[in-house]
Amino acid sequence: MANYKMHILVCGGTGCRASQSEMILDNLKTELETKGLSDEIQVIQTGCFGFCEKGPIVKIMPDNTFYVEVTPEDVKEIIDEHIIKGRKVNRLLYTDPDNQEHIADSKHMGFYKKQLRIALRNCGFIDPENIDEAIAKDAYQALGKALTEMSPDQVIAVMKDSGLRGRGGGGFPAGLKWEFAAKNASDQKYVVCNADEGDPGAFMDRSILEGDPHSVLEAMALCGYSTGANKGLIYIRAEYPLAIERLKIAIKQAEDYGFLGKDILSSGFDFEIELRYGAGAFVCGEETALIHSMEGERGEPTVKPPFPAESGYLNKPTNVNNVETFANVPVILLKGAKWYKSIGTEKSSGTKVFALAGKINNVGLIEVPMGTTLREVIFEIGGGIKDGKKFKAVQTGGPSGGCLTEKHLDTHIDFDNLIEVGSMMGSGGMIVMDEDDCMVSMAKFYLEFTVEESCGKCSPCRIGNKRLHELLTKITDGKGTMEDLDLLRNLSEVIKDTSLCGLGQTSPNPVLSTMSNFWDEYIEHVTDKKCRAGQCAALKQYIIDEEACVGCTACARVCPVNAISGERKMPHEINQDICIKCNACYEKCKFNAISIN
Amino acid sequence: MAKVNISIDGRPLQVEAGTTVLKAARDQGITIPTLCYMQLEDLCIEHNPGGCRLCTVEVEGRNNLAPSCVTKVWEGMSIKTHTPRVINARKTVMELILSDHPFDCLVCAKNGTCDLQKMAQDLGIREIHYKGEQSTYKEDYSPSIIRDMDKCIMCRRCETMCNDVQTCGVLSGIYRGFDAVVAPAYEQDLEKSPCTYCGQCVAVCPTGALTEVDHTNKVVRALADPKKTVVVQTAPAVRAALGEEFGMEPGTLVTGKMVSALRRLGFDQVFDTDFAADLTIMEEGTELLGRLTKFLKDDKSVKLPILTSCCPAWVQFFEHNFPEMKDIPSTAKSPQQMFGAIAKTYLADKIQVKRENLVVVSVMPCLSKKYEAQRDEFKVDGNPDVDYSISTRELAHLIKQSIGDLKNLPDEDFDRPMGESTGAGVIFGVTGGVIEAAVRTAYEIHTGKDLPKVDFDELRGFDGVRSATIDFDGLPINIGIAHGLGNARKLLEEIKRGESHYHAIEIMACPGGCIGGGGQPLHHGDSSIIKKRAEAIYKEDKGKAIRKSHMNPEIIKLYEDFLGEPMSEKAHHLLHTSYFDKKKSTFIES
Repeated sequence: MANYKMHILVCGGTGCRASQSEMILDNLKTELETKGLSDEIQVIQTGCFGFCEKGPIVKIMPDNTFYVEVTPEDVKEIIDEHIIKGRKVNRLLYTDPDNQEHIADSKHMGFYKKQLRIALRNCGFIDPENIDEAIAKDAYQALGKALTEMSPDQVIAVMKDSGLRGRGGGGFPAGLKWEFAAKNASDQKYVVCNADEGDPGAFMDRSILEGDPHSVLEAMALCGYSTGANKGLIYIRAEYPLAIERLKIAIKQAEDYGFLGKDILSSGFDFEIELRYGAGAFVCGEETALIHSMEGERGEPTVKPPFPAESGYLNKPTNVNNVETFANVPVILLKGAKWYKSIGTEKSSGTKVFALAGKINNVGLIEVPMGTTLREVIFEIGGGIKDGKKFKAVQTGGPSGGCLTEKHLDTHIDFDNLIEVGSMMGSGGMIVMDEDDCMVSMAKFYLEFTVEESCGKCSPCRIGNKRLHELLTKITDGKGTMEDLDLLRNLSEVIKDTSLCGLGQTSPNPVLSTMSNFWDEYIEHVTDKKCRAGQCAALKQYIIDEEACVGCTACARVCPVNAISGERKMPHEINQDICIKCNACYEKCKFNAISIN
Repeated sequence: MAKVNISIDGRPLQVEAGTTVLKAARDQGITIPTLCYMQLEDLCIEHNPGGCRLCTVEVEGRNNLAPSCVTKVWEGMSIKTHTPRVINARKTVMELILSDHPFDCLVCAKNGTCDLQKMAQDLGIREIHYKGEQSTYKEDYSPSIIRDMDKCIMCRRCETMCNDVQTCGVLSGIYRGFDAVVAPAYEQDLEKSPCTYCGQCVAVCPTGALTEVDHTNKVVRALADPKKTVVVQTAPAVRAALGEEFGMEPGTLVTGKMVSALRRLGFDQVFDTDFAADLTIMEEGTELLGRLTKFLKDDKSVKLPILTSCCPAWVQFFEHNFPEMKDIPSTAKSPQQMFGAIAKTYLADKIQVKRENLVVVSVMPCLSKKYEAQRDEFKVDGNPDVDYSISTRELAHLIKQSIGDLKNLPDEDFDRPMGESTGAGVIFGVTGGVIEAAVRTAYEIHTGKDLPKVDFDELRGFDGVRSATIDFDGLPINIGIAHGLGNARKLLEEIKRGESHYHAIEIMACPGGCIGGGGQPLHHGDSSIIKKRAEAIYKEDKGKAIRKSHMNPEIIKLYEDFLGEPMSEKAHHLLHTSYFDKKKSTFIES
């Protein structure tokens, strides 16, 4: 980065690209060209900055100015004002919601203040398509160190001491996993990177691969070195074309630089990496299903043991880790296990990336030290609930997780604490809900997902989840009975108890956790036929206020099913048995005479 | 093997390390329900996908329930097999399976022999609490097998038989979640797939999802038609298994009772496929000797080994998978088809019945025979040599619906001429039997000497691939035997690589040979039953006055009066066939 006076970083993550960040990039280049500044100012497309709510993001270095919600039309002003005249464009700066002041430096923003970025360390700082920038940020140093100064056992020892746990959801100690694979002797072993990110709303793996692919490649080589594997495979869903493209570029560059391939850094260690594409089945994130899918078999899990470390891809010892887990590895080796262990909680060291979504002001990708409370994440980093509404619940762990309430807000997030309060870490999805969200519908939404994503191999998951979804639909349709609630609970517990893989064993969690935290809502749906959030259309009641109704007949005329009757100039009435809750009368009435119960 | 200490339901015991919880419990006489699990020990087939989740048990220290079929014991393991939690889980899972199953048990082909039905009964299911949408699929009618996947419970047993045992690769799981089902690729019809109709999938299906095409009504109608003369032939393996359908011990021979039942059903003549088996030996044995002699004279136009061709599923298999080798198998038709060809010519003449008025019914342990009977090359002007082929199970249904029981019927003998047979014809029903029968005859014809010993123990047994060298008076003849198409594939690959040293190979598609055929009474995973049927077959052979095909007086007479000699022009026309390249005939509809 040395020859340029200034650098303009433009977010090239999938989210910002969807909001025309590529056009911003093009406009910047053209504008600089026109002004004859191309030699002095460099424009760089980076990976995701995380603050997706405010994207597209453009950052100017070394001024450390963070522009938000930039449009292609803003480019001229940025060049003219900021670059040429040295005046910040205030209207494009982030506005602090508390005092309405402009903030230019991202580290003073509520969204970034409490974050600690280890896995995402280079996302938004480097050009992911340029290995030199990665190397400038220490890429492949850890590999060099391991290959020249450390034995495979020593690498594993550092990993074990660091306490790094699997970020894909299981939370299994990564070092221990590596050790198992290392101990199983075989002529051929494999390292697999699980990039089959599938939780609705979660995109940390994609962001890492799009923003800093070399961190994962380096970690896989390190894993290969310590476990005795010389072949790496990245199982990535084909719906991630940008990540795939950047990985291909990164692999090629790493090979050209001698960080991958034969005799890496003259150490005698060979390691090559290939991509394998998944078709996007959620269950293929389960490691045995993932392996079967890579083998060309139907993507469905098999019983463990045998674990992949004993018999994995093509029946050879295989170590499978998730993208985020791998992204942590090079830093750990460079800075040491002690440094890593000093971050986070006793049993969950380091940081965790979360995808914040739902009814929250700052939607985006964040990375916080383990032990940060839910309250800090939601109200400080997340900036609280949208439109000043009341916080109701937060779903962590995706469709396998549980939903937590007000009383859990001070829980220190780590693997064990989340399980203790009835949810789980999962891969880091975090969906925030407010008072307008119906918890029964929420459970139904997640079940719809698991029904769709079940592979169909075992009976409880294949049929049970379908029946759970049908029961929940019955309840949200206002046809549920108290007996249905008993059935719902029993079925949830049996599915958990008897399903073959993690998908089925956790799929009833949204039902069980909403039942335990929002039981009264279930009862209301069943006994009062009422949805307090007003989300269940079938339970809505449109009622005409006799006092307010002037008898204009507008509502009766607009009703598509003739559910409204009444004489002219006399109060009208809605027949609840006929009403289809289409909302037409409500919108038509000029006298606010119609209310929704 | 090392032992480990475990306790089941509080009772301590020692079991071998590596044993599954299911085996440990069942060895103690503890009942654990299973639907998907299948252990065909004698055939070395274990199917344990862990899919049905009915066999779950509680294991101390484990959070969720453990599937006993795939969970191995460990030192100090404490297992509880029938706690309220376990029973509730099993019943709930069973209710779920039933909630996605059509309730047409009373008219289902598997009524009474359905594993799912029995399991529902055993678990005391009296109500389905979880009702909802049922998955439905189009029904698939092939010449032999009907697939009604609405009844599929995804146990995947058929997949194991089709892929691992038979290596046909026709059936596999398709779609996902609630829609998941086992089907040919792209949910094509079986008929468009390389299915061999061996029926091993049907034999292991626990429900009515896979059943045979039922021809019993057609047979009944033919029997009732005064214009028709209806004759029947019964394959050797049928007599060794039919009794099971009537509660008799496996391995009970019911030859005489079967004949008398068939006569009571109204068949005009009751014949024996064994007669045609003897005829097959005459043709195939002669072909073998002919090829062998030429081969020994270094005639390069002759290919060895010669492969048997009496199994229609095996014929389908090589037509689909090894069409480039279709000139290796013997051109001799199967006994079923030889019988049909002779019945509709020689017999028809003899009894003065026109071809179109003569109905030939076969009773077979096989489902592929249904398909074989309707192959175009086995028809004359559209009239098939064999009109209807019914399975052992269908015959049992016919007897039950018309006569009732089999047990109390008197023993009767087959009609002549086509009911006369030798012990060699009988052993066609068991793996190794065809080649043993061929050796008995080929040896005597080749050497001109009497066999010192009729029984060739070296050709018997249940190993998937067997080999033996028989001394033809100084000429060593290398014999290979394979049963199960996966084993057949191994031998074929050997031939393809030019590594085969065999002169002759017998291949049977079904594990155990015809006694384990897809049309036999269901063994419900107890493969010892197949062994008992084999014993019965060898017993019948031993009891026969004549045990070599070429000594069958009616066969001798048939050649004298009608065919001339083996491989004569007439024999060639009536008793031999040719094969087709079907590799490209299976196609995918867009």
